[in-house]
Amino acid sequence: MNIQTLLKQGAIWAFIVAELIFFTIAGDFLSTSDKSFMDFDNMLLLLKQSAPIGIIALGMTIIMINGNIDLSVGATFALAAVVMLDSMTWPFMVALGDWSIPLAWTFALLTGVVLGAINGLLVWKTGVDAFIVTLGSMLGYRGLVFMYNGENPTSKLNWTLVDFAEAQFLSLHTATWFLLAVTLVLWLVTTKTVHGRNAYAIGNNREAAVNAGIKVGPHFLWNFILIGFLAALSAVVFYSESGSVNPNDGMLYELWAITAVVLGGTKLSGGYGSIISTLGGVIAIQLLRKGLGHIGAGTETVNLVIGLILIAVLFLDRQLNRKGKEELKI
Amino acid sequence: MSEAIPILRLEGIVKTFPGVRALDDVSFTVMPGEVHALMGENGAGKSTLMKVLGGIYAPDEGRIFIDEEPTVMTSPLQAKAKGVVFIHQELSLADELTVAENIFLGELPLKSMGRVDWAKLYGDTNRILKTLNVGFNAKTRLGDLSIANQQMVEIARALTVEPRAVIFDEPTASLTDAEKVVLFDVIAELKSRGVGIIYISHRMEEIFKITDRISVLRDGQYRGTLETAQTNEDEVTQLMIGRSLDLSRNESHHELGDVALEVRGLSCGNLFQDVSFEVRSGEVVGFYGLVGAGRTEIAETIFGLRNPSAGQILIDGQEVRISSPIDAIGYGISLVPEDRKAQGLVLGMNCRDNMTLPQVSDLTAGPFVSDGAEIAIFDQYRDKLDIRTPGWKQIVGNLSGGNQQKIVIGKWLSMHPRVLIVDEPTRGIDVGSKSEIHNLIRDLAAQGYAVIVISSEMPEVLHVSDRIVAMYSGRVMRQFTSDEVTEDSLIQAISGIEAQVLA
Repeated sequence: MNIQTLLKQGAIWAFIVAELIFFTIAGDFLSTSDKSFMDFDNMLLLLKQSAPIGIIALGMTIIMINGNIDLSVGATFALAAVVMLDSMTWPFMVALGDWSIPLAWTFALLTGVVLGAINGLLVWKTGVDAFIVTLGSMLGYRGLVFMYNGENPTSKLNWTLVDFAEAQFLSLHTATWFLLAVTLVLWLVTTKTVHGRNAYAIGNNREAAVNAGIKVGPHFLWNFILIGFLAALSAVVFYSESGSVNPNDGMLYELWAITAVVLGGTKLSGGYGSIISTLGGVIAIQLLRKGLGHIGAGTETVNLVIGLILIAVLFLDRQLNRKGKEELKI
Repeated sequence: MSEAIPILRLEGIVKTFPGVRALDDVSFTVMPGEVHALMGENGAGKSTLMKVLGGIYAPDEGRIFIDEEPTVMTSPLQAKAKGVVFIHQELSLADELTVAENIFLGELPLKSMGRVDWAKLYGDTNRILKTLNVGFNAKTRLGDLSIANQQMVEIARALTVEPRAVIFDEPTASLTDAEKVVLFDVIAELKSRGVGIIYISHRMEEIFKITDRISVLRDGQYRGTLETAQTNEDEVTQLMIGRSLDLSRNESHHELGDVALEVRGLSCGNLFQDVSFEVRSGEVVGFYGLVGAGRTEIAETIFGLRNPSAGQILIDGQEVRISSPIDAIGYGISLVPEDRKAQGLVLGMNCRDNMTLPQVSDLTAGPFVSDGAEIAIFDQYRDKLDIRTPGWKQIVGNLSGGNQQKIVIGKWLSMHPRVLIVDEPTRGIDVGSKSEIHNLIRDLAAQGYAVIVISSEMPEVLHVSDRIVAMYSGRVMRQFTSDEVTEDSLIQAISGIEAQVLA
């Protein structure tokens, strides 16, 4: 590994360390709480809170390595949550007692798979850009959420489910374990499998990939199914604990997920990106939110700062990349 | 010529990048009314030198003089203001705009309140187009023009100022012979007006036709300037690579095997019609013709990228239906495409991954790709094809053209194809690597591969082919064996002259 790749892949982690140091020191002066920012429980909570957007962002990484994008994940997230919570109130499900839980999860995950497959098939069979297809499905899926229950929240609190969601194993929360498991699986997929190899090849040069006999359409379909599944999984993890979903939940999740992916160094144009760096991007954003809150800044300040940092990071990345262009040709 | 003042003089230019001295004390002079060729292999420093001249790179050392006035170049726009204009190989024009808007892009004539002065714009444009003697006008949409005419627009753009020096970078790369004639007329016209011209090209034939002097760069160093009239191709080649290139007729003959690929009456819309030929194992069949004669389209049809409207394709005597590259690969057909960067390689990927791309799904251990199996294949073909790279992790985009082409060839050889189609095997590859690729193609035939070579360079076709298929306007005009072919008969065939004889 040469210095440049090290710099690029390590940058997000260096940024995280810088955030930790900054908020710890700034917290000593500005925070009203007497707890240190780097408190162990606080960090555990941070990982847990990273999970919903994190799980989606990890899936978004492989979509973006393909050179595609999925704007419908927030709506998929909401619809999967509605299906999960509502299905637990159906009479036959109630009769099953706690055995309704795995079934409700399955319904939610299937919802995600079906919505993802619709996106994937449209991108494959119509050849319309993924941005347009998922812009349409974002609106459409959100429409389904409202059709389901109008403006009303869908609620079902199941205490077994809440206990499961709040459980801690080796200190880490259930949601954190899901985040880490998805990270591990997708890391293996992108770095070690044929599917991962093809993802990079298609994103980098689609024509060359077609000429090498790679089936681009089915490849896209699988990735959209994957991200639909992950958006639903994210909903399952989050709403198992909260037990109530508003029809507006998950709005802007697609943009937060894309922000985390881009912050992690994945190129919008495709062909380049890393799952581990996306995890870094997710944690960095959550640290910013939490840290700015810790030193007394409001949500509006948080959004402003994250926006500025995103642009600054991409500017720096451009500078680094440009240097690479002048490299020696052998 | 020593009396006149040079229009342009570069003196002791040095430019270093991290790890490489791209230009090492290069000096270069252009006189008024001179066509001065700048030659060198890829990576010799031609582009870097032109970027220094255009103000894109600042030189570390050395000076630039225009009319013997020391000048600092800061940007292409500033260079243009000083009368130094560039005609680039890759066109940078907007398809949806008119010819006039393209020509004056960024410098549209204005009336008050920022309104465009359309009358002046179209008037000025038509005046420039008239001097170029072209068949379109200022209001034509650029996208409706042929590549050659788009190139004329690019040239017209250079003429919006009174140019002192014009730099042509590989201007004929995408032009047909007839279109070249028009270009050369424009160059002659500029020359007669006393403009100095720098002409960058790999094509010896053109260089000897239109230039007055030839300067050669090698490895970033100035190797000398020759008077075109007093030198020959050998001397120039030797300056460029330190030895001469063997492009003699193919005379090797070995036993041919059975017919591997046969095409009967293949047609594809108006691209090509009723094409029939066969290729035996151990044979190299060269396809020669003008740009647009349908050669690449035939290759793409055999490889499943286009659907034929009629005809049959037979592999080992069996008729096959090929509707995608996946089918073609399954039948043992491989295509090394014309544009290796756009169609052949995943430039951001490393050498190994590029080479194993079509077969990576067969190189797995459990759910994962087997590193060892991949590296074994890469090592085997790196050694076989003598690919020069520091290691398999090297990103393909950083390799030279010749090594990139070998990666593409290695990729397909590792699939053990029956038929290997190579479209423009040496396009954009430097002279030294060319002969390596030629030898490789001959070797492959000797090993029993059936090879189709498509080329626009006659010496290349003559050098590598056992048989030559001459095409004109979508039809096979004639097939020659390497013994009977002559340059004259070949040129006649591809110009359609035999059409009357046969008809």
